[in-house]
Amino acid sequence: MRVKSILLSAREGSDWTVPGVGWEGFRFFAPPPSGVRTRPLGGRGREWTVPLREGGGALRDEKKLPPSPNAHALAPPPFPSFPYGLRALAGGSRYCVHVRREGWANMSTCSVSKGCFVFKPKSKKRRIASTADYFNDSKNDSEDSGLRFATCESLWKQIKSETEQIQEELNKQLYDNIIRFLRRSHSEFQEKKTEWTCRMKSSEIPTAALVLGVNVTDHDLTFKRLSEVLQDNVTPYVVSLQAKECPGIRHLLQKLMGQLMDCYVEDDQSEEEDYVTVSKKRIRCSLDSLTDWYECVTKKTDSETPSKKRTSSSRWESPPIVVIFKDMESFTTKVLQDFIVISSQHIHELPLVLIFGIATSPMIIHRLLPHSVSSLLCIELFQCLSCKEHLATVIDKLLLTSKFPFKLSEKVLQVLINIFLYHDFSVQNFIKGFQLSVVEHFYSQPLSVLCCQLPKAKKRVNSFSHEQCERIRSLPSFRRYVESQVSEKQIALLTEDNFVKEVTQILLEDLHIYHENYFPVLKCLHIFTSSLPKYPLGKQIRELHCACLEKRVWETEEYESALQLVRMLCKADLVAMLQKCVKIFMSFPGKEFGNTVEKLKEFLAQFQNLEAEASKVQDEPMSSQKELQKKTDLYHLQKTLLQLKDSRSKKLTKFEMLRFEVVDFIDSLVRNYLAPAEMQTLHEVVYFSAASTLCEHLNAAPRTALHTALNKPYFYLKNQALKSDAGCFSNKAPDICIAYKLHLECGRLINLVDWLEAFSTVVTAVKGTDADSVASDEVDEIIHARFIRAVSELQLLGFIKPSKRKTDHVARLTWGGC
Amino acid sequence: MPTLEHPEYPEATLLHLESIMPCRESQMSTLLSIFGERQQYSFPSIFIYGHTSSGKTYVLQTLLKTLKLPHVFVNCVECSTSRLLLEKILSQLQSLSSKTKHASHTSCDTLNQFVYLFKQETMAEELQNETIYIVLDKAEQLREMEANVLPAFLRLQELADRNVTVILVTEIVWELFRPSTGCFEPLTLYFPDYSIGHLQKILSHDHPPEYSADFYAAYINILLGVFYTVCRDLKELRHLAALNFSKYCEPVVKGEANERDTRRLWKNIESHLKKAMQTVYLRELSSSQWERLQQDEGEPGQVKGLSAHTHVELPYYSKFLLIAAYLASYNPSRTDKRFFLKHHGKMKKTFLNKHEKTSNHLLGPKPFPLDRLLAILYSIVDKRVVPTGNIFSQILMMSLPTVRR
Repeated sequence: MRVKSILLSAREGSDWTVPGVGWEGFRFFAPPPSGVRTRPLGGRGREWTVPLREGGGALRDEKKLPPSPNAHALAPPPFPSFPYGLRALAGGSRYCVHVRREGWANMSTCSVSKGCFVFKPKSKKRRIASTADYFNDSKNDSEDSGLRFATCESLWKQIKSETEQIQEELNKQLYDNIIRFLRRSHSEFQEKKTEWTCRMKSSEIPTAALVLGVNVTDHDLTFKRLSEVLQDNVTPYVVSLQAKECPGIRHLLQKLMGQLMDCYVEDDQSEEEDYVTVSKKRIRCSLDSLTDWYECVTKKTDSETPSKKRTSSSRWESPPIVVIFKDMESFTTKVLQDFIVISSQHIHELPLVLIFGIATSPMIIHRLLPHSVSSLLCIELFQCLSCKEHLATVIDKLLLTSKFPFKLSEKVLQVLINIFLYHDFSVQNFIKGFQLSVVEHFYSQPLSVLCCQLPKAKKRVNSFSHEQCERIRSLPSFRRYVESQVSEKQIALLTEDNFVKEVTQILLEDLHIYHENYFPVLKCLHIFTSSLPKYPLGKQIRELHCACLEKRVWETEEYESALQLVRMLCKADLVAMLQKCVKIFMSFPGKEFGNTVEKLKEFLAQFQNLEAEASKVQDEPMSSQKELQKKTDLYHLQKTLLQLKDSRSKKLTKFEMLRFEVVDFIDSLVRNYLAPAEMQTLHEVVYFSAASTLCEHLNAAPRTALHTALNKPYFYLKNQALKSDAGCFSNKAPDICIAYKLHLECGRLINLVDWLEAFSTVVTAVKGTDADSVASDEVDEIIHARFIRAVSELQLLGFIKPSKRKTDHVARLTWGGC
Repeated sequence: MPTLEHPEYPEATLLHLESIMPCRESQMSTLLSIFGERQQYSFPSIFIYGHTSSGKTYVLQTLLKTLKLPHVFVNCVECSTSRLLLEKILSQLQSLSSKTKHASHTSCDTLNQFVYLFKQETMAEELQNETIYIVLDKAEQLREMEANVLPAFLRLQELADRNVTVILVTEIVWELFRPSTGCFEPLTLYFPDYSIGHLQKILSHDHPPEYSADFYAAYINILLGVFYTVCRDLKELRHLAALNFSKYCEPVVKGEANERDTRRLWKNIESHLKKAMQTVYLRELSSSQWERLQQDEGEPGQVKGLSAHTHVELPYYSKFLLIAAYLASYNPSRTDKRFFLKHHGKMKKTFLNKHEKTSNHLLGPKPFPLDRLLAILYSIVDKRVVPTGNIFSQILMMSLPTVRR
């Protein structure tokens, strides 16, 4: 194989091997040796192009590479990466081998594997296909794909701004608290010079411990926003550090100073540029130089302030330097300790404030830092809203509203919620999943043009073509609707396009009204069910929503038991709930609920009256109570209890009557308005229901997919020749599949010679009589080469690794090994 | 009668030194006698050790400053590499020799270079006749630098052929420093811990201007009574004293008691100090929070300490992954069959008794293959677990230091 160039990309400071055909020994370390052209690759670490001699001579020439400080080869992780890319291994003479180390050293890419991706070199200009192109490429029609895409875009824009707003509101409190904390810590810093207590007190570094919850992926956004807020309100000097950037104290200081100098440049670009360029090169990474820099900067701004007074009023004379440790737990203890010790010595000249981002519990600070170090800190705790509450708000604002025309079906919502609860607790991922379902819906459902605001949708219906009308006719829900009509109307619906358009408009309106009614009633029902013991219909409104979407909720057992429990509520609770319901219905603008509100108010008034009456007539229940207390012997007690029970079952009090009425009323509301969405005609237009597609994308099972690909190649390749039973070997399958199947039958160690023999037997099996002649222990060279390739591919995928115990064996890394 | 005597320095200076550094007279006099007169050659290297806040750095710093001896003071924690350390020493030397000229930056990579540059710097006239002191605070960091740094500093006088003394200040004993290849033995000087009497004396030394020394001394007495059993760190005690003093003065300020009414003051402060011991001292509450609480007269229960938030909620599978990882790392793999299989057969009793005496917790966690972790996970989760990418990514996150610790 002749290799022209290798593209290597990796995070800085990581080393990797390039597994591939006969390259096992090849190792390459960052930074690149001389003669390597480097060019930045959009945000993904660095990419180096290594010019190679024809015939791959440079590859074997390890002397050219700098000696490795820690020359341990990373064993290939047992999880294979995606199998595509490998196809390019065969044929052709010029390759680019793209080695990407994914995930192993950093958190941002969530893959356990490293992989070797081989691409054919492309023409330099690579056109990046936009989402719009995908929509246009969509299989059958192109007439409204553009429109669909535009609708999708605008809808997503709305949703996105809404989510951002939610985020902002939720975090506002937290940001305000932190800003107040910063202001306070700073004022103390200024007063410190004079007072006796301040002189006596050891100078602590003000530290905010920010508990953000385990959803690490969401933290980035919070921190980004936080530093923006701080830069706007408190200080221009905000530095955020990540553990992976700072393996040592030197790196940390380097990063710190680099970011500070940069932010200084941003602050007033015009005058200071020359100053920075001079100082940046000669900067020593120590806090001394940082202190000098800070003095210099504050002095300068001091002298400048008279000219621009109005800006200086909001800023202080010496703004604090805020250092954010994004993932405090991942920092090595030594780095943290050293940094704190050093900076505590400079705290008088340098008003530092630390912010620790904590994912687990604040106790980690004490676990990471010994008392001698933590006593240098003045730690205050700040807690972010819990992610579950966050999710509840997002669901409430995005899904439980008729504001957005797009809706999720029960299964899809369940998938998204399950990923949240079972896997990551990440609201961002939830929103990403929601975005994916929006795009997928508009992409896969041609009628999604109608998934927009009602007036617009009506207009669009009017301009429908015949094909589109046909599409409406083929919707299952529409067919069901047609079947329910009288025969003349059925014929009209099936033949006349205009009539279909008319009906569609009406149906769309119905759907809209259904949604407008659905959510208030849902919230109302939730008020009743959310405080019941054992929560038969779920504690959260999302559970209730799912239950309602799934089937007729009033036919379920849970609903029955919930109503039973509601019938036993005490008066105070019931009244409070009714009042809440009234509030909910009032807050929705629709006229539909005028009567309902009236009715509820009437109930409330009746309860009030009851109270008045009850104060007059109290004696009857009291007397029975007294009787109970008087009689102490068992027989009489039983008797009276029985009597009481009888009388209760016979005669309901007024309150109980009223309570039944209320429950019946609620029940009627539920039956009227909470019908599942799938019963609605044209629900396919606005409901996205392809849960399995979403699951494939969001919660993929790479191991299973790989096993399927290797074990049953037909599943992916769809080649008729490969269609066979799982048990037997087909020699038409790709080599790697044969090798894989053979290796499944082996134990922990696999003898390569045996494996090769088995391989050649399978490959040559069909040749029948020929097989005997070949069997004379001479293996065909080509078969040998094919086998070697298959084995190294398996190694690349992480199924096997070379074993040190026996040189002619390889060790299995997956099942069967144990 | 002054305990410090030295022909070189005036008596007033010595008396002043004694007054600002109580309880360290003997160490000071030793140091002064080692230093000798200004132009005299001193011992090449001095090794000073003692516990945290036993006054090592403070004594040295004030001594060198008040006697105006030419010195360089470097904290080694700030210098992660020898290069930084050497350059720092050189730049401080520059500012010593030429106060007017702005120090130009010199780069210095090796000790050889350092010695050469050091010789050049000390050519200056002000420095030629006097001993130069190089103080390396937190000298234990030197051990982590190149092997030649420590021995070279110990005999810098000889190498540079200049009148220089290197003073190493650290918290650990010389035996832990001594390189295996041997080196010049420095003069070791031990700073013993302050006794309770010393602490009392030092703490009451600087009392707030508004109150009399006796009043403050009484307060310090109470404070030490509470805290001495847990904390002997002078710095920390000073901090605590400053934090709680306002509360102690409260009755006096309000006019409920006069300064002599010690019993009443004690009653007022004692429980408060005990609370402080449980919160501020452990850094459960920050000192600023504590002060605010004092001002608002609120109960400390209102503000929860750090340890109140130990509860961590995890996603479902993460929880089980953690449990599985725990089981896999502490249980020997041969017991897996017993624990996770329904029909595992009978156990041999003798086998049990022989081997399972030492608790696995004492031995610490052990490495385990990934497949074992997954197998245990599948068996402890009662639903069917699909090995999805999300689960694998969580395993990756677990292997990151967050959970590994």
